[in-house]
Amino acid sequence: MSPLLEVRAATVAFGGGRAAAPKLALRDVSLTLPAEPSITAIVGESGSGKTTMTRLMLRLQDPTRGTVHYDGQDLKGLDRAAFLRYRREVQAVFQDPFGVYNPFYKIDRSLLLPLRRFGIAATRDEAYELARQSLEAVGLRPGDTLGRYPHQLSGGQRQRVMIARALSLRPRIIVADEPVSMVDASLRATILESLYRLKVERNVSLLYVTHDLTTAYQIADRIVVMFNGEIVEEGDPESVIHQPRHAYTRLLVSAVPPADPKVNWGLENGALAA
Amino acid sequence: MSDPVLEVVDLHVEFPTPTGPARAVDGVSFTLDRGMRMGLVGESGSGKSTTVLALMQLIKAPGRIAGGQVRLAGDDLLGMTPEAIRRARFSRIALVPQGAMNSLNPVLTVRAQIDDLLDAHGSAFSANERSRHVAALLKRVGLAETVADQYPHQLSGGMKQRVCIAISIALSPQVIIADEPTSALDVVVQKQVMQTLIHAQREVGAAIILVGHDMGLMAQFAHVVGVMYAGRLVEIAPVGRIFSDPRHPYTRMLIASLPNFSSRGVFRGIPGVAPSIVDPPPGCAFNPRCPRAENRCSREIPADDLVAAGHRVRCHFAREVADVAPA
Amino acid sequence: MNAVFRMLRIAVRVLRREPLLLGGLVLLTSVCMFALVGPLIVAPGLAEIGAALPRQRPGGAHLLGTDAQGRDILSALIQATPQTLKIGFFAGVIGLGVGAVLGLLAGYFRGWTDTAIRTFADVIMTIPGIAVLVLVATNIRSMSVMLMAIIVAALAWMYPTRTIRAQTLSMRERPYVDIARLNGIGGLELVFAEIFPNLLPYIAASFVTAVSSAMLATIGLEALGLGPQNELTLGMMIFWAQYYGAMLRGIWWWWAPPVVMMALIFVGLLMTSTGMDRLINKRLRVES
Repeated sequence: MSPLLEVRAATVAFGGGRAAAPKLALRDVSLTLPAEPSITAIVGESGSGKTTMTRLMLRLQDPTRGTVHYDGQDLKGLDRAAFLRYRREVQAVFQDPFGVYNPFYKIDRSLLLPLRRFGIAATRDEAYELARQSLEAVGLRPGDTLGRYPHQLSGGQRQRVMIARALSLRPRIIVADEPVSMVDASLRATILESLYRLKVERNVSLLYVTHDLTTAYQIADRIVVMFNGEIVEEGDPESVIHQPRHAYTRLLVSAVPPADPKVNWGLENGALAA
Repeated sequence: MSDPVLEVVDLHVEFPTPTGPARAVDGVSFTLDRGMRMGLVGESGSGKSTTVLALMQLIKAPGRIAGGQVRLAGDDLLGMTPEAIRRARFSRIALVPQGAMNSLNPVLTVRAQIDDLLDAHGSAFSANERSRHVAALLKRVGLAETVADQYPHQLSGGMKQRVCIAISIALSPQVIIADEPTSALDVVVQKQVMQTLIHAQREVGAAIILVGHDMGLMAQFAHVVGVMYAGRLVEIAPVGRIFSDPRHPYTRMLIASLPNFSSRGVFRGIPGVAPSIVDPPPGCAFNPRCPRAENRCSREIPADDLVAAGHRVRCHFAREVADVAPA
Repeated sequence: MNAVFRMLRIAVRVLRREPLLLGGLVLLTSVCMFALVGPLIVAPGLAEIGAALPRQRPGGAHLLGTDAQGRDILSALIQATPQTLKIGFFAGVIGLGVGAVLGLLAGYFRGWTDTAIRTFADVIMTIPGIAVLVLVATNIRSMSVMLMAIIVAALAWMYPTRTIRAQTLSMRERPYVDIARLNGIGGLELVFAEIFPNLLPYIAASFVTAVSSAMLATIGLEALGLGPQNELTLGMMIFWAQYYGAMLRGIWWWWAPPVVMMALIFVGLLMTSTGMDRLINKRLRVES
């Protein structure tokens, strides 16, 4: 079986005029997501290239060099039918729970439009029914959510509606870019849990992109560490966190403050870096 | 034993809304000792940022301070004239605001911005003394003297934040308030900036209030942690006790929900949604989401209960020994 | 029916919060009422040349007096006002409509479309509008109100194109545009279904400005004598007044009423546009 998503030797360059050299967001990066349902976490800081990876996989951007393949086929060579299938089977959840909604329309449209467009629901009523089921699946009450405008819902509710939307389209994979960083701490675990269960309950893979190493450890089957446009380490969470091989991974692990005051993290006696 | 530098008593901050006043800060009291590091945690709508802004009288109309007292080394902060408060800001109580890196003036060098602050507070230094003062200040936050003549855009996020810390200690204040100083920074830089903050605080002997939502950071940084929910201070205790023996169900569930490097595949979220301060639940604001809630909780607001030395809780069941973590 | 009541209630609440907007709309409505109801009170026939004795002072049968050609000024004013309003309105609508569409296309599609539209707009913007208007107007044999509107509109679309292009450039980076693309929406459908509705507040505010600058351009042309010769507009009244030397002869009741009416219209437009601007900014601040 072909791998689900494959990035082959991708380089993404931007900027660069006559005077300056172009900047590289990604440098000759390759990553394969297997066909069996799995949860992969990409961990990195700002400038690591992790968001650019998601944009390549979602085909919101094309690589300057290299290719991206879905189910064995190059994204650039897909015919209309195959492209629509790709659009349906690869869904996204973004970081900003407010910006993803067009403020002019009610949130119903975010749920109903793709259902109609991808042919999953034939009529408006059918679409509403499917939308209701998806909302309930993520722990929301349709009565409290449907018919409202984005600014009338809380950040956590909005993010869950986005997940409901992704779910309702019966995807093979959800690409989630920092899905909980703008959500309250008490709600994060709930939302992460609903994403985590997708693999077991619905055979949906998850690509979880974050800067938070602890949630990556909590949720993933495999962790990929990125720095400065390259993958510096990848492997199962136990090895990556407890036996990191690359210096940057070690730095990242040591930079997470342990939630136990008895553990000395070295805040008080560290020498000041220049 | 205790040497209070800041005393907050029953602070109330309100914002008018069409349906009545919203209580952003509802009867918050705490004491900050000299040299102490206090963490104030809470989620959106908890009132933690509003509390510290009220201390500096930076609440903008139509919001207003509706009651309570704030005493800085014995002086009544809330009763000060606007002129007196302006002089107190940065010289006695300083703020490192959220997104501080963006509050640096992009068209002025670092030196010019520190000079501005010194001028505004009537500093009588000569040019030479100024220059030495600026260099010493930058050294205190681990930055080279050459940074003084650079513009903000030439500095990294971490360096900009350290400049903001330098500005906050420029006049040796008694209290420093840091409002989410590292939330916009990479986690690697975060540790450096927090180390700088502690170092700077020690140098001027100030007390510090760190406002944030990262419990891990609080565990490592604070001596005392206060937990806010819906405008009320629901628990405050020495950091060891907050993590080893939290008494408020919200604190307990919050700590239980923290991800860590020892368990995978386990998620303990708090069900329900954060309350709106415009229309809060009656009685204890946490009662709709609380696994321990009884009828009493929606009728009576829990009073402050001192359960141990320096450990206050606002819960009717604070003295129960049994663990109330959700199944 | 309920929907209508709800909208009315929202409108009332909105207007009460923004007195400037309310004042502006009241002023403009009064002017329109004046133009609509007027003919029922004052016979339109009195605005014909030779309808009455010329150069009479205000008072008695002629509330605003008569001009050198025997027209009753009040009746003339009632006829001229709607014509001026019509030109301003149509020129504003056409200019803004064309400008908005071009701005949206340029801002969203970028590349060659953007370069072409932008260069075209920039080049025409640098040509002094009055010079072009004068040239065109002198070469048209018989000028009508609609023709004036089109000519003025032809030179009014550039500024909206630039501002709406700028708005579009920022809006296309919003995450909801990415989501729309992931839904399989693209191209023109995306521009008009996703971006355009969010530009409506800006377009509405620009509309008022477009109308008032169109009116100003028109009145300027008419005062120079390049307006419709056979139809009465406020600008033409001023032209005829100065043509017949009303100022030298002290016939102040000929040029003053149209000037006052123009002032009322412009003050009304200014108050409306300022009020709308403040309203939009308040809403943006609340929602963010």
